[in-house]
Amino acid sequence: MRPEFEGWCGAGLSNYEVLIMKKLLSLSCLIMATLAVALGCNPPTPELLNVSYDPTRELYKDVNEHFEKYYLEKHGTPIKVNQSHGGSGAQSSSVINGLEADVVTLALAYDIDAIIENTKPAIIEKDWQKRLPNNSCPYTSTVVFLVRKGNPKNIKDWDDLIDRDDVQIITPNPKTSGGARWNFLAVYGYVLDKEFEGGLDAYTAALTDPAQADKVAAAQEKANEAMAKMFNQKKVPVMDKGARGATNTFVVNQKGDVLLAWENEALLYMQNSPDADIEIVVPSISIVAEPPVSIVDANVDKKGTRAMAQEYLEYLYEPEAQEVIAHNFYRPSDESVMEKNKERFPELRLFKIDDVFGGWEKSQKDFFNDKALFDQIMK
Amino acid sequence: MARKRRRHHVLPGFGLTLGFTTFYLSVLTVIPLALLFLRFSGVSWADFKETIFEPRVLAAFRLTFGASFLAALTNAVFGFLVAWVLVRYSFRGKRVIDAIVDLPFALPTAVSGITLTALYAPTGWIGRYLPFEVSYTAIGIYIALTFIGLPFVVRAMQPALEEVDKELEEVSASLGATRWQTFWKVIFPTVAPSLLAGFTMAFARAIGEYGSVVFIAGNMQGKTEILPLIIFYKLGEHDYTGATTVAVSMLVASFALLFFINMIQLWGSRYKDEEN
Amino acid sequence: MSAIDYNKCHITFCAAPSKKSQSLAASKENSQPKAQQPPKYKSPLERRLESTTEPRWVRYLLTFLALGFLFLFLVLPLIFVFAHAFNAGWKVYWAALVEPDTLSAIRLTLLATLIAVPLNVLFGICAAWCIAKFNFPGKGILVTIIDLPFAISPVIAGMLFVFMFGAGTFLGDLFNSWNIKIIFAVPGIVIATMFVTMPFVAKELIPVMQAQGSDEEMAARVLGANGWQMFMRVTLPNIKWGLLYGIILCNARAVGEFGAVAVVSGQIRGRTTTVPLHIEQLYNEIDPITGVTAAFAVASLLTMLALVTLVLKTIVEMKTEIK
Repeated sequence: MRPEFEGWCGAGLSNYEVLIMKKLLSLSCLIMATLAVALGCNPPTPELLNVSYDPTRELYKDVNEHFEKYYLEKHGTPIKVNQSHGGSGAQSSSVINGLEADVVTLALAYDIDAIIENTKPAIIEKDWQKRLPNNSCPYTSTVVFLVRKGNPKNIKDWDDLIDRDDVQIITPNPKTSGGARWNFLAVYGYVLDKEFEGGLDAYTAALTDPAQADKVAAAQEKANEAMAKMFNQKKVPVMDKGARGATNTFVVNQKGDVLLAWENEALLYMQNSPDADIEIVVPSISIVAEPPVSIVDANVDKKGTRAMAQEYLEYLYEPEAQEVIAHNFYRPSDESVMEKNKERFPELRLFKIDDVFGGWEKSQKDFFNDKALFDQIMK
Repeated sequence: MARKRRRHHVLPGFGLTLGFTTFYLSVLTVIPLALLFLRFSGVSWADFKETIFEPRVLAAFRLTFGASFLAALTNAVFGFLVAWVLVRYSFRGKRVIDAIVDLPFALPTAVSGITLTALYAPTGWIGRYLPFEVSYTAIGIYIALTFIGLPFVVRAMQPALEEVDKELEEVSASLGATRWQTFWKVIFPTVAPSLLAGFTMAFARAIGEYGSVVFIAGNMQGKTEILPLIIFYKLGEHDYTGATTVAVSMLVASFALLFFINMIQLWGSRYKDEEN
Repeated sequence: MSAIDYNKCHITFCAAPSKKSQSLAASKENSQPKAQQPPKYKSPLERRLESTTEPRWVRYLLTFLALGFLFLFLVLPLIFVFAHAFNAGWKVYWAALVEPDTLSAIRLTLLATLIAVPLNVLFGICAAWCIAKFNFPGKGILVTIIDLPFAISPVIAGMLFVFMFGAGTFLGDLFNSWNIKIIFAVPGIVIATMFVTMPFVAKELIPVMQAQGSDEEMAARVLGANGWQMFMRVTLPNIKWGLLYGIILCNARAVGEFGAVAVVSGQIRGRTTTVPLHIEQLYNEIDPITGVTAAFAVASLLTMLALVTLVLKTIVEMKTEIK
C-alpha cells in the first residue's frame, strides 16, 4: 500500500525539486530571450557579403582587411565584408536559392551565368562580364602540378599523366569543382597543341576555317582519347568535392603521385610549409584560369548596397589590391603590378578558354554537362 | 500489466496538446514533405527515368544500399555479440563499456568523419597496418556506416536478451539439448524480432548518412559516391529535378523500411501479449 | 510475510535472473568446492547455471571478441581525436579554440540548440500527452509522422527547407517581401536543427507516459488540482527521467547536426557556420596540416561534449533502474 501512496503524492519529487525545475525553466527562457535580443539587433556597420569559391579564403581575408581600412579612410565610415566559401557550383546554387550575396567571386564564368539562367527575373544583368575590365577578372591563375619531394616518379609534363600507368593523379571532381574543370581543359588544350600541326595558335585559327574542319576534328578525337586514357579509375583514385579536399588527400593523407592544383594554391602552400615533402612541377603549357567577379544586382538594389559593392569590386583593380592579389599568388591583371612581381610566378605558355574552346558556355556543353564528354569517359 | 483502455475525459489538455502537436508536425514535417512531393509530381516520367537510370546514380544506389546492408549485417553480428556479452557476463568496467556503445550516436557525424578518415588513411594509426586501402574506397564507406549503426543493434538487443526466460533454457537443457542447440533453437528465435528491428534501424540510418561518409568516401564518380552526395551535387549543378527525383526515391525506400520496422515491433509485441 | 517474500524473490529470480544473481552465482561457482555446500540448496542452482551459461573459455572468448571490436571501433577513434588535437601542442590547440570564427561558430551552435531543444521538449511533452493519455482516430498516423525525421537523410532534410523557403518559392518570396531571411541565415539553421531532432523527446516520453497510465493524474484532478498543478506535481515528476533522457539525446544531435545544416547554411564565415561546419572548413584550410590539427582541436571540443552526454545518459539510466 505504501509505495503507491507515495507514488501519487509525486514520486518522491519534493517541493524543492519542483522549485529547481521552475528555476531552470525560467533561466533557460531568460538565456533564450537575451540571445534573441542580442541577435536581433542589427549591427550598425554596413555589411557586404562576398560569396566566393574555396581557394580564395586567404586572398579575400587579406583583401577585405585592406578594403575595410581603405574604405574607412576614404569615407570616414566603417564597412564589413563577410565571406562565404564553398565549391563554386554549390555556392552559385546557394545564391540562386536566395543566399543574399552582394558580390559573387566564383571560379568560372559559367557559375555566374548559371545564376542568370536559373533565376526569374535574372538577379544579375546579362552583360555582367563587360562591366569591369579584363572580362571582369581582376586576377587570373593557372594549373600546375604538385609532386612528392625529389619528384620520384619523374613527372615533367602532361604526357606523363596521360600515358604512364604508374602515375596516380589527384584532382577534384569537374562536376563540382571549378578548379577541376580548368584542370580538364588544361590537359585538353595540351593535347590539341601537340596533335594539331602548328600548335594551338594554328588550331585556334583553324577553328573558323571550314576547310580545316577535318583536321580540327581529328585533333579533337585524339584529345578525347587522351582524356579517356587519363581520367580512368585506375589513375585517378579519388575525386574530392573541391580543390581543398583534393589538396588534403594529396598532402595529409599521402595519396597519389601528382596533384593538379591551382597555381595560387600550390605557391601559397609552398610558402606556408617550405619544408613539406612536396614540390611544384610546371608543365610546358597550361590554361589561364579566369575567376570572374560580379555584383548581384537584385540583391544590392534590395539592400541598398550597390555603391559599396561597386566600390569593392573596383577596388580589386586598384594597384593596392593588385599587390595583395599578387602577394597571394594570383596573377594580377594590372600589368605594371604583374611586371613588379614577375619572379613570384613561374613562366610557361598559357592559352585562354575563349580562344581554344569558344568560351564557357560551349565548354560546359561539350565537356561537363550530363552525358557530355566527361560523363562518357567516366562510365 | 496491460492496462485496460478507458475514456479519459477527466484529464485536461487534449485539445491544446493535440492542436499544438498537429501544428508543429505540419509546419516542420508535413508541409515540407508535401512540397517536395508536389515538386516531384511535376517531374515527367522521361526525366525520372533519365535521372534514375543514369549510370552514376545507379551506381550510387547500388553502393549506398549495398554498403548499408553489409554494414547493418556486420552490426547485426557484432551488435548481437556485444549485447550478449553486456547482458550475460559480468566483468570489470562493464558500465563504461555499456555507456561507450552510444558514442557513435553522441559524436557529431563530422567528427566521426574526419576521425575515421585520418585513422584509416594509409599513414593513419590503423591504415598503416592494413594491406589494403580503406580511406577513399568503398571499404571506407562500409567502415563509417558500421561505426554509426552499431548502437542501434546493441540497444535493440539488450532488452530482448534480458527478457529471455531462463526457465526455457533450463527446460531445454534438461531435455538434453547442448548449449549450442539451446542458443540456436530456443534463445535465438525469441530475440530474432529484436535483431531484425535493430538491423533494419541500422540499415535505415546508414542509407541516409552523410556527415561521417563524405570525408572518407573519396567521392569518385560512379565508384564511391553515395546517394546523399549525389543530391548535394545535383543541387550544386542546378539540377533540381534530378535532386528531387533522387530524394523522393530515397525517401520511399526509407519509409518502406520504417514501415517494416513498425511491423516487426507490432509482431514482437503481439507475440509478447499472447505469451502473457 | 517472509514466506511470501521468499516466494516472490524466487519467482523473479527464475523469470529474469538479474545481473546481481548471476555474479553471485558466478562467485559461488568459482570459489566454493561442491562438497562443503548443503546439497539441497546449491545443487539446483549450480545445475541451472551450467545449463544456462557457456563454458568459461567461450565466455572469455566472446567477451574478448566484443571488447576487442569495441576498442578498435569506438575507443581508438576517441583517443585519436585527442591525440591529433594536441599533436602540435597546447598553444596551437588553444589558438584554434579562441579564434574569432571558432567562437562565433560556438555561439551559433549554442543559439540553435537553445532554441531547438526547448521547442522540441515542449512538442515532445504535448505529443506524448495526447498520444499516451487519449484515444483518437489517426493516432497511428501521428506516431508515424513523428518518426519520419529518423528515416530522412539529413541532406534531404536540408533540401526540404531550401525547396520550402528558397528564392522563387511562394513562402520564400513572401518572407523575402517582409525582409525576413530564413534560408542561408540563422532561422534556417534553427529550423533544420529542429527538424532533425524533433522525434527524440516525444519518442522517449510516449512509452513512459503510457506505462504510467492516468490514474495518478485523475486522482489529482478529483482532489481538486488544476491542470497546471496536476502537470507540475504529478506528471512531471513521473516523467522527469524519461524527459531528461530525451533532452540529452536531442541536445547531442542538435549540437552535432551536419548534413541538414550544411545545405541551408550558406557557409558565411562568422555568421552562419555552426561548429560542425566550422570543422569542415578548418579541415579544408590551405595549410592542410595545421588546418587539420585545428579541425581536430575543435572536434575534440565536441567529443568532450559527447563524452559528457554519455556520462549524463548513464546517470539517468542508473537512476531509472534504481526506481
